[in-house]
Amino acid sequence: MFCIRLIRWVPALAVLALAAQPATADEFTQEDLADWRAQFKSVVEKGEALFHSPKLGTNGHSCDGCHPDAANTHPETYPKYQQQTGEVAELRNMINWCIENTIDGEPLPLDSAKMVQLEAYINWERRGVAMAPGKH
Amino acid sequence: MSNGFKRRDFLKGTVAAGAATAIPLSLVEVSFGMGSNNAAAAGAQDFTFAYISDSHLTHIKGTEFNDNFDKGLKRAVTELNFMSPKPDFVIYGGDLSQLGKKAELDHGLEIMSGIRELDVKWVIGEHDYYLDLGAYWRDNISELYYSFDHKGVHFVVLNSILTYDEWTHERWPTAMDRMKAMARLDNPEGSPFMVGAEQRQWLADDLAQVDKATPIVVLSHSPLYQVFKPWNFWTEDAAEVQKLLQPFDKVNVLHGHVHQVLYNQIGNITFQAMMATAWPWPYPVSYAQHANAVPKTTVFMNRADPHNLRDGTGWGSVDLVSGRETIHHTLWRNTNRTIAYDADAGHPVDTKYQDPASQIPPQDHY
Repeated sequence: MFCIRLIRWVPALAVLALAAQPATADEFTQEDLADWRAQFKSVVEKGEALFHSPKLGTNGHSCDGCHPDAANTHPETYPKYQQQTGEVAELRNMINWCIENTIDGEPLPLDSAKMVQLEAYINWERRGVAMAPGKH
Repeated sequence: MSNGFKRRDFLKGTVAAGAATAIPLSLVEVSFGMGSNNAAAAGAQDFTFAYISDSHLTHIKGTEFNDNFDKGLKRAVTELNFMSPKPDFVIYGGDLSQLGKKAELDHGLEIMSGIRELDVKWVIGEHDYYLDLGAYWRDNISELYYSFDHKGVHFVVLNSILTYDEWTHERWPTAMDRMKAMARLDNPEGSPFMVGAEQRQWLADDLAQVDKATPIVVLSHSPLYQVFKPWNFWTEDAAEVQKLLQPFDKVNVLHGHVHQVLYNQIGNITFQAMMATAWPWPYPVSYAQHANAVPKTTVFMNRADPHNLRDGTGWGSVDLVSGRETIHHTLWRNTNRTIAYDADAGHPVDTKYQDPASQIPPQDHY
């Protein structure tokens, strides 16, 4: 009798065990959102600091010298054809071009944390503007 | 008939001689209603002066300076020396230096000393001022505000880049901290430019001696109107300064700081910006997060090619014709621009691009 009773309870126990497990897929909370937002903002802030730092180059100037508030960088238009190089470029290619040629610095590895930070800041300052890849 | 031929031959010869000695700097005079206006009646004559502005010479270390910005100023000085006929004098529009260091100001003076046989009238910019509050400038270059008369036109030079005393004197641990804070155009910890009460009183007293029909030219570093506060394309007490200028028949304000073609008309006052020799700034319309008051009158300069370091920079000259300014921007990588006061329109117009049908895609800034 005891065994039969136990067997009867197994499915119910299994359901309880499943319910007790934390969500592992696409469920997230307001706290998660706040945390992720904070993570993103900290990268934007690092990008803002880099964008305004003469340490990215060697001639005393920084990106904001020509691009206050990252204006005139047009991140929404990339990738686009650059007639100066004869190929379609990403924003990060142009960032490196500016680092090398206007502030006399070393180009960043395209997958580096610093490049992500710069792109995050530039895109953040352009928030709300419609995507326009290829636009001139 | 024979006299006619001789006269024509003589004219042809004159043109040829002129073409042989002058380089093509598009020094074209545009005249409006000469001889029948108050300015002429008040004794004003037509003349031309040159301008150079915003060179931002940057000291790196030892005797090393940012080569790109040196080249800009040197090129302007060289070309200015070729002007024919020569201008009456030269305006320097401020921001000779990047961080107001003696080394930078001395370097700038050395390059500017290459200008032959012409006086320079100096306007101070915030990059020249906020390290030592203008001390080295005053001792070695110029007074910070003053006036002078030239051929019947009254010129006033203002120091328009002052700001609140608390920001200037109490906020920063060192003078260089203060300088760098003001040097960063998009600094949220910056502070708005102003002429200030003391200088406005001086201006009122100075203008009290001047006949209202005398053309006035005001030289300032910041625009004496309000375009965009986040980048200090702005003078906090602009309205009070304008009020002192509005009673005059013809007032021209020429300013630096914005590094772009920019012009506007407010009442009797025509505003023109000087180009920079260092680099171009974006128009505030290209910053999506803040409203701007960029004058609708302005046809923008071409978007600069980042692959071409001299693009979007230049120098220029101003014709004072019947007391109104016509500005010629010599742009090193673009078609030169001429902006003249249009008496019918009542505001300055670009002589080539003002009609929307004649504007070109690079003038679209976004």
